[in-house]
Amino acid sequence: MKYLDEYRDAATARKYAEAIARETTRAWTIMEVCGGQTHAIVRFGIDTLLPSQISLLHGPGCPVCVTPLEVLDQAVSIASRPNVIFCSFGDMLRVPGSSSDLFQVKSNGGDVRIVYSPVDALQIARDNPQKEVVFLAVGFETTAPANAMAVHRAKEEGIPNFSVLVSHVLVPPAMEAILSSRRNRVQGFLAAGHVCTVMGYTEYEPLARKYHVPIVVTGFEPLDILQGVYLCVRQLEEGRAEVENQYTRSVRREGNQPAQELIREVFTVIPRKWRGIGEIPESGLGLAPAYAAFDAARRFSVDQQRAEENPECISGLVLQGIKKPQECPAFGTRCTPLHPLGATMVSSEGACAAYYKYRRHELAGSASPTVPAGGATP
Amino acid sequence: MCLAIPGRVESIDPADPDLKMARVRFGGIVKQVSLAYTPEAEVGDYVIVHVGFAISRLNEEEAERVFEYARQIGELEQLKDGSSAGSVPPR
Amino acid sequence: MIEEFALKCPIPLDNNPTVQMGHGGGGRMTRDLVEQIFVPAFSNDWLAPLHDGAILPPATGRLAFTTDSFVVRPMFFKGGDLGSLAVNGTVNDLAMCGARPLYLSAGFILEEGLPIKDLWRVVRSMAEAARAAGVRIVTGDTKVVDKGHGDGIFINTAGVGVIETALTIGPMSVRPGDAVLLNGDIGRHGIAVMAEREGLEFESDISSDCAPLAAPVRALLEGGVEVHCLRDLTRGGLTSALVEISETARLPMWVEEESVPVRDEVRGACEILGLEPFSVANEGRFVAFVPDRQVEAARDLLGSEARIIGAVEPLGAEPAMVRVRTALGTSRLLDLPSGEQLPRIC
Repeated sequence: MKYLDEYRDAATARKYAEAIARETTRAWTIMEVCGGQTHAIVRFGIDTLLPSQISLLHGPGCPVCVTPLEVLDQAVSIASRPNVIFCSFGDMLRVPGSSSDLFQVKSNGGDVRIVYSPVDALQIARDNPQKEVVFLAVGFETTAPANAMAVHRAKEEGIPNFSVLVSHVLVPPAMEAILSSRRNRVQGFLAAGHVCTVMGYTEYEPLARKYHVPIVVTGFEPLDILQGVYLCVRQLEEGRAEVENQYTRSVRREGNQPAQELIREVFTVIPRKWRGIGEIPESGLGLAPAYAAFDAARRFSVDQQRAEENPECISGLVLQGIKKPQECPAFGTRCTPLHPLGATMVSSEGACAAYYKYRRHELAGSASPTVPAGGATP
Repeated sequence: MCLAIPGRVESIDPADPDLKMARVRFGGIVKQVSLAYTPEAEVGDYVIVHVGFAISRLNEEEAERVFEYARQIGELEQLKDGSSAGSVPPR
Repeated sequence: MIEEFALKCPIPLDNNPTVQMGHGGGGRMTRDLVEQIFVPAFSNDWLAPLHDGAILPPATGRLAFTTDSFVVRPMFFKGGDLGSLAVNGTVNDLAMCGARPLYLSAGFILEEGLPIKDLWRVVRSMAEAARAAGVRIVTGDTKVVDKGHGDGIFINTAGVGVIETALTIGPMSVRPGDAVLLNGDIGRHGIAVMAEREGLEFESDISSDCAPLAAPVRALLEGGVEVHCLRDLTRGGLTSALVEISETARLPMWVEEESVPVRDEVRGACEILGLEPFSVANEGRFVAFVPDRQVEAARDLLGSEARIIGAVEPLGAEPAMVRVRTALGTSRLLDLPSGEQLPRIC
């Protein structure tokens, strides 16, 4: 596939790997924020190409991992109602709420449907005028333009039976929360290339200055990630702290203007709770007042739900790179991918789930070559 | 987050100018994609698509940079080493 | 290679066009259904007596026996349907034991209200698949459940075949150093079915690869290949097949990612939906573990689509696991996904 396969070229990957090794003179801790980048790193074994002094941490880059418990419970509650068709991206179906998940609702007879795009949910609403169609609008800024368009069209066309349960999160406030924490170990960031495709990267410039960390806007293919790491390490070795764009084939500094305009019209910035981290001010998107009629939480009166995280779960510390999965007392015993207690074990990109894959083989006595030395979390 | 894939615009449907629906090819399949956020995209262009929406038009010149850059750093290293291969690679 | 099967639906459409509770009652309606739908489609000497059980001639070797149940949405898709799946699935399980499949049973649980024409289409498809695979459907059963309590049609098929080789084919026969063969490109069935699910539609030429595998297996055995293990790739795809064999045989193995053929259509669909081709369902593909010295001969016997995709590690102390060597020259571990693979945005 064009513009995809070329970025998986072994020879070029080796060139970058060698260049990174040459540049690296001491230990560095770099965080990549995006679940898609984590996925590529694990799938292509990219961490095994890096020198052992480089620690790659996986940050809270997955809306699946960070969707608050309350939202899951609201989703389950709405989806369980008889006249509702509940639509969602596939990722969300297995995420556990306090006592159930959307998959269970489906198996109990709830009409829960996976869609590829929010406009598919809108079409389902048009096709089923006698039902209430609710779409679970989660995601980072990347998904906000699509979700905005679905709600915007619903309003323009006057589709009364469509509503959205919104749980959008914004990346820069999360990065700042990590950087400003006393226990922060992150020295450089790979910023999420598709988030920046939409939003541009001007928001990261103050962060780079204030906390003196290099931030490299990075793509998702192996060569992108390797080049991103290289540029970040070079900055670290040279003592620079700038925002640099690796993903130039997709990202411009100002981002996608029409997308940002519709996001501003349909959404408003609100505080948002990040599962495992807690509430971060101005880190989420909610529906703007002009679109309040499409708010599913309000329509179905599930506003007031509160939920308690499982007290054993330390996923917040893992997401911030402060603890490693195997340091959790429940890891691999009470908490496994089949019975996850929290966010980082639910998603296959979550640090705990990714680490779980290697644990069995470590305990069996063989050092798997894909577990990097030097303490980096895979 | 943000699974977005490059695809080639095969045809654009004039019916809805706001949504600007297009048929976009990804390898061997074609999917309906909205070009609402990449109104400048034309047939033959590549766009980066996330959940049924193009979020950017792929800049084909910039797409080469990843490889050019790798070549440059490789060559720099050869120069520094006093390349044992003999000839200085062209820049 | 589907012959023209020109039987018209025997039950006139204006007369009981849907399945009713009475069709499962064991009385006249059941008899009519059997005689007008199942018997003409499956017609053979062993079914004809319509007795409680089929009386079969003796076999000349060890027997292989298997059973499987089938339900699929949508019921009809490009390249196949519930009927062809139900026959080929069981035929292939027998083939994977190294058996020549002979006889199948077919048990149906029908949902009240199912259009008879859908039942006829499925049954006809089973008959065609059975003929193509060289098996006979010799006995069966029908029950009807209340509307809302079934998914249209559930089919259980059980099958018996005769093993005409002295080899014992299974994971415990896998040896260190064995080579792994794959008979063709992967992922077609899963993507063909997904392409027709609401909310995920896309345009493609992809058809399911649903097909019987008895012939290629026989080609290997008659060609003198010392087949150690066979496994057809169904749900969970190549990933499940390899991981399960590795764990059962307690032997580590590696697979070279670039050697596994994936068509552009499957690739494109997997990339946009975030699916792993290795874990997508197949219905006409299998892996074969054969001694390394015979691998090229075996590949040639399987035809031009077949590929050598990896090998069992030589004798060593490593725990059982499957490593994938990636295009980058790195490796990752192959692991079973926890549940059904779902499209993702993340």
